Parts: sequence; C-alpha cells; structure tokens
Amino acid sequence: MFFAIIIWLITLVSVVLTVGKYWWLPELASEHGVALDRQFMLTLVVTGIIFVLAQVALGYLVVRYKDRPGRTADYSHGNDKLEVVWTLATAVVFFALVIPGQSIWASLHLIPPTEDVVRIEVTGQQFSWNIRYPGADGKFGQLKPELTDDSGGNALGLDPDDPASSDDLVVPVMAVPVNRNIELMLRSKDVTHAFFVRELRIKQDAVPGMTIPLRFKPTKIGHYEVACAELCGLGHHKMRSTIQILSDEDYASWLKDQAEE
Amino acid sequence: MGEAVQAHSVHEAPAGFIRKYIFSYDHKVIGIQYYMLALFSVFLGMTLSVLVRLNLAWPGTEVPILGTIFPEGAPDGVMTPEFYLSMLTMHGTIMVFFVLTTAPQSGFGNYFLPIQIGADDMAFPTLNMLSFWVTFLSLVVMVAAIFVQGGAPISGWTAYPPLSALGEIAGPGLGTGQSLWILSVAIFCIASLLGAINFIVTTIDMRAEGMSMMRLPLTCWAWFVTAILALLAFGVLLAAGVLLLMDRHAGTSFFIPGGLVVSDKLIDHKGGSPLLWQHLFWFFGHPEVYIAILPGMGAASHILSTFCRKPIFGYKAMVYALMGIGFCSFLVWGHHMFMSGMSPYTAIVFSLTTTAVAVPSAIKTFNWLGTLWGARIQFTTAMLWALGFVSLFVTGGISGLFLNQPAVDVYLHDTYFVVAHFHMIMGVAAIFGIFGGTYYWFPKMFGRMLNETWGKIHFWITFVGVYAIFMPMHFLGFAGHPRRYAELTSFEFLEPLAAVQKYISMFAFTTIAAQFIFLAIFFWALFRGKKADINPWKATTIEWSVPTPPPHDNFGGEFPVVHRGPYEYSVPGAAEDFVPQTAPDVATAKS
Repeated sequence: MFFAIIIWLITLVSVVLTVGKYWWLPELASEHGVALDRQFMLTLVVTGIIFVLAQVALGYLVVRYKDRPGRTADYSHGNDKLEVVWTLATAVVFFALVIPGQSIWASLHLIPPTEDVVRIEVTGQQFSWNIRYPGADGKFGQLKPELTDDSGGNALGLDPDDPASSDDLVVPVMAVPVNRNIELMLRSKDVTHAFFVRELRIKQDAVPGMTIPLRFKPTKIGHYEVACAELCGLGHHKMRSTIQILSDEDYASWLKDQAEE
Repeated sequence: MGEAVQAHSVHEAPAGFIRKYIFSYDHKVIGIQYYMLALFSVFLGMTLSVLVRLNLAWPGTEVPILGTIFPEGAPDGVMTPEFYLSMLTMHGTIMVFFVLTTAPQSGFGNYFLPIQIGADDMAFPTLNMLSFWVTFLSLVVMVAAIFVQGGAPISGWTAYPPLSALGEIAGPGLGTGQSLWILSVAIFCIASLLGAINFIVTTIDMRAEGMSMMRLPLTCWAWFVTAILALLAFGVLLAAGVLLLMDRHAGTSFFIPGGLVVSDKLIDHKGGSPLLWQHLFWFFGHPEVYIAILPGMGAASHILSTFCRKPIFGYKAMVYALMGIGFCSFLVWGHHMFMSGMSPYTAIVFSLTTTAVAVPSAIKTFNWLGTLWGARIQFTTAMLWALGFVSLFVTGGISGLFLNQPAVDVYLHDTYFVVAHFHMIMGVAAIFGIFGGTYYWFPKMFGRMLNETWGKIHFWITFVGVYAIFMPMHFLGFAGHPRRYAELTSFEFLEPLAAVQKYISMFAFTTIAAQFIFLAIFFWALFRGKKADINPWKATTIEWSVPTPPPHDNFGGEFPVVHRGPYEYSVPGAAEDFVPQTAPDVATAKS
C-alpha cells in the first residue's frame, strides 16, 4: 500500500506542478511558434496521460496483487493477442503524434526563403555574438579570416578592399522588423555555439566552417535575450546578446543610428 | 552444446593470492572486480555532482579543501566557471563509462552469465582478465586528467570539436586534461570490445545441455544484446577518439575546418568537419544509452518474475523487444543533432526511426505490468528497486516523445529538459537496475544477506529523492534554462529559476547522503551479514542451484542439464511454487 501511495503522490504532485504552469515557456513572439507551442501542448497531454495511467496502474497492481495468506499467483506465460494489440496501439498513438508535427519543422527549414527576406549574418565567438547588416547596398562584404583583429575593431575580418564591405554594419546586438521574414546566416569563428531565443522559439547551432540559415517571422514588438545553447568554453554562461523586434519605422531609424555611431 | 563446454575446461583453481584475487581468470572474481571499480567510480562521480550542485545553488561558496587540492580551479576554495565545467565533464564521463557501462554489464554479467547458462567460465578467461585490467588502466588515466596542469577538460562528456580539438588556446583543461580524457576513452573502448566478444561467444557457445536460446533468463538475453551493441558501437568511438587525438597531436584536420580564429589567432588547420565528430560520437552515443539500460531491463524482469512468483509475461515478446531496441538503437543517433546544422531532411528520418524505438520500449513496460497482474507480490528490497525501475523507465522514457520531434526539440534541445530526460532514463533507471541486482544477487556473490530493513530505507529516500531532483528539471527546461551554465547571473530570465536550482540541490544532497546508508550496509553485510542459503529467494534460475558462494568451476565438475524455461513459478501441481530450470521433474521438484 505504501508503495502505491508514494507513487500516486509523486504522480499527483508532478501533474499539479505541470498544470499550474509555475515554470513555463515565455510569451510567444514568432509566427511558427504558434504551431510549435500547439505541438508541445499536444505532446504534453499525450505523454501526461501515459505517465498518469502507467503510474496509477503500477500502484494499483502492487496493492491488488500483494502477497496475502492463501493467495496463489496465476500461472500464465502471457497472451499473444494482447501483445499484438498493445504493440499496434502504441505504434499508432506515437506515430499519430509525431508525423503531423513534422510539418512545423518542414515549414521552418524546407521552404526556400521569400524574395523580400531580411538577411542578417550572425557570427558567434568565445563569448559574444557579432551581428552584421549588409548596409544600403544589400550586399555583405567579403570576409578574410587572416584579417581578423578583435582589438583593432575588425572582429569578423572584413576585407576593406571589397567595395561591398564599406557600408557593412557589425554590432553586438540585433534588431529586426516585426512581421517580416527574417533569415539569419549563422556562422562561428572558433568553436560551435548555438543561437537561442526563447520567445521566438528558435535555436540553431552556429558551426565553424558552415553557414547555416535560420528563418523566422517575429510577430510581437519587444526586447528579448539571446543565449548560447551549445557548450563553447568557460564563458558559455555569459555569452549573451539581445534582439529587439521593432516596427518598420523604428527598425529603419535603429539601422540609421547604428550606422552613424 | 555439451561438447563445447567439455572442450573448454582450461584453467585449474588458482593457488596464490595474486592469481586468485588480482590477476584472476575466474569470471566471478572479475565480475566482483568490475563491480568494485564501478562502486568506487559512482561515489567519485557523485562527489563531483555535489560540487556541481553546490556551485549552481550557492555560487561563491568557500570550500577550503578545494582550494588546497585545486589552487588553480578553486582559488581560496571558490569554484571558477572552468572548474565547474571540468567537474561537470568528469561527472558525466565517469558515470557513463565507469558506472553505467561497467556495473550492470561487466559486473553482474561477468559473474552471472556463465552460471545462468551452465558454463564453468567465460569463453576466453584470459581475455576477460585483460578487459578488466584495461578498464582499470582507463580509469587511472581518466582520474589523472583531473590532476594535471590546467585540470580536467571543460568540453563536456560529448567533447565536441573544435572546442576539444584546439588545445589550451580554446580554454583551460583543453590541453593535457583533454588529451588524457580522449586517451582514457579510447582505452575504455578497447576494454569494452574485448568484453563484448567474450560475452557474445560465451552466450552462443557455452550453454549447458538443454539451455536453448529461448530458455535463457532475460538477464542473459539483455547481456547478449548489450554485448552486440557494445561490439558495434565502441569500435566507432575508438576510431573517433584516435582521429581526435591525431587532430590534436599529429596536425591532421578531421574535425577542424579552415579559417578558424581563436582568441584572435588564426588556426593552421583546414578541411575538417565538426559534424563528423558528432555523427561518429552519437553513432556510439545512442546505442550507449541502451548499453546502460538493457542490463537493467534484464535484471528488473528477472527480479519481477521472482517476487511476483509468476512466469514473466510474454517472454518471447520481451526477447523480441530487446532485439528490436538493439537494432533500432543504431538508426537513431541523428536525433541528438537536429540543431547541429545537418540536413533538415535527415532530421525527419531520424525523428521517425526514434519514434519506432519507443514501441519496443513500451512493449517492455506493458509486459512488466502484465507480470504484476495476477501475481503474489513479495516486497523484498530487490523487488522495490525493480518496481522503482519500471516507474522511472516510464517517466524517463516518455519525455523522449518531446525530444524525438525536431520542431519541439528546437525549444527543448540543450535545456534542462534534456538533463532531466537522460538522468531519469539512463542515469537513475539504470542505477535502480544496478541496485535491484545488488540486493538480489549479493547473497550469491558474497554468501551473506544484505539488511532488508535498511535496504528499504535506502530505497525510499532514493526513490522519492530522484523524483524530487529530476522532475523539476523538466520545468526548468520548459522555462528555457540552457544546460551547462556555470553561473546563472548573466541572464534576466534565469533569475526566477535560481530558487528551483537551490531546491534541487537540497534534494540532491539528501539523496546523495542516503547512498552512504547503502555503503554501510554493503560493507557491514560483507563481513557480518547473515549467512545466505543456496536459494534465499526460492528462485528458478541456475545461479540459485549452485553452492553459495559458487566453487571455482561453478558446478563442482557436474554440469547442469536444463529442462525448462527460466521463470517457472507457481506451476500447478508442483511441490513448491517454483521449479528450478535444472529440476528433471515438475511434480516432485524440490530446491
């Protein structure tokens, strides 16, 4: 009985703490996040039901079938029909949950960017983020690693001989316009980092030697924290930046202010 | 099969102390050596987790002894972020390799596989001795990494390059410490390969007369499948480790791409791929999860059947599920890499294969519940651990249904949700399997009984404790708390979560303290425990029909003949409620 009571209590407390949403996903600020949060909730409900059923059943069985005087155990080696039923039932439930959710992933990664996409380059380094805007010409200038000079103010190794690089803007914080398709081009100078913004429901590794696109559409004006989510060394925990979601006008003036500084 | 057994008898009972207890060929001694190595390692790993939890909950705490031992990593006894990361790395590494891989498979497997199948030893006793001593060497090298200049590596147990490939320029601990770490892991791979071959050949070749594959105890099936996984997985990790060592010391660039600038210095490497390491590592790493948990499943099945006084429900389904999990475990490694930058198309394939592996896992659970149905449950301490195993296996398993979906994983990847998930399933559930096995088999291994009352106290504190520790970590994950953060002060969103970290640490310390109860009853029983009978649990399998502790060749020269399946409990018409596998006749069967 004791075992059952403890296991039911653990189950109850777990359910209460989950349903109460005391620690929860932050407010959503991106378009794909709606479907992502819905899939998250659906998964939580399905796994929650399995969790509760399994723990309650376990508790019930140990109470119901504990050793009592006069009790004999059934002599049974199982039931093939039951095996088939619960195997199929599990497979159906699991795949029915997982397969439809793939469309969210597909919408994020498998659909080519639109013409009007706002492209911003993000380069991680131990332990900061470099955000690069292409400037008025809309073109990113060439980068040469050998020109990199952190203390000299050329963190990315921008090639001054490339005309496209003259108006490139490199800043430590990011701003993007609301309700526009954004594509971040993720890079890293040194080791693997990961670009993570909770409210936008985006996370993607920035891998040295690769340029990885990360697309989203911000839907809510606000100011959010950017964290590194891949262990990158002793300062991993303080590799912070911020992202502002701005109206079109504010975004334009932000870009202008940054360029002037 | 009888012939193979006779043809094998190779070694006489040893005479000297060294041959008997140190460089022993005897699978039983080697099993105990492995177990003791794991016992040492688990307390070491736990000590490291105390430091990790201390730093998370009460950063800046002065621990004077740390300052004495590690003047670099913890000046004045206060842990630095890099010291935190190196403790974290070593905690994970030691627990995964030297505890979870070692105790349930090499420890219990070595001791009980030959006895349960009716063999006098493993197929290759010398190889067996070698595999233990190579494992020991690997542990020595691993522990040495903590004390070298610069300390232990800070790159986590996954050691992703380029961080792990570049040397000290990328951070402290990434010089000598990292090299020793890789070397130790490579040595461990060799030991595991030797062990795996031995387990596979023994299971196939050394079974006693009448012990068909479908009469094997589920423990043997679990050890057999695990050995196959180890054979296929550790070879790949060994190769990866050698390549990484070459990148560090031979100037190759397998994992280091061109144009890297680290600490404002251009790195002279080109052409490598950081993702290559991740593919190789997780090709090992995911089967490794099952290497840790399958023997626990075997032990839990074995114990459940014994104390339900009932045949295991769906024996064949259990065997096929083990095979299914083993097979699928090699098709799912990419689910660790959804955010890695690999092709997003691949993610969908890995997502579906990962969903497939959940099905045989569910089959196991259903069959455990089916075994309880209609049972006559005896609440021994071993049984409590097995029941706890089932509960934790479910809890740790279903959170996998979040992480196998790339879209949901976008949010949860590399957060505390993942920490909660893998601790529940491959950490805690596997440890519960080990404890279950310990309370169950201790009488046979050491000839004395563990104290049941204190064992139950140990169980209850641990069971409630692990839920109290790891359940809240799921919520930290919901709140987006990234893992492997040494300090929680740089982000606004982490501030309200600090209270949860404190609470988790308090439960962690309580649960860890309770493990000293285990240590006390373990060593007390070793010398002062009640003498054990041949068959204290009235169980059916062959280890319970040989003397306690078993003689050098296990059977005193007379090899057993097996007449039936492993779990014949409560057979109608039998004299007692269990019929040993070796009893010739059901009706008159006696222990």
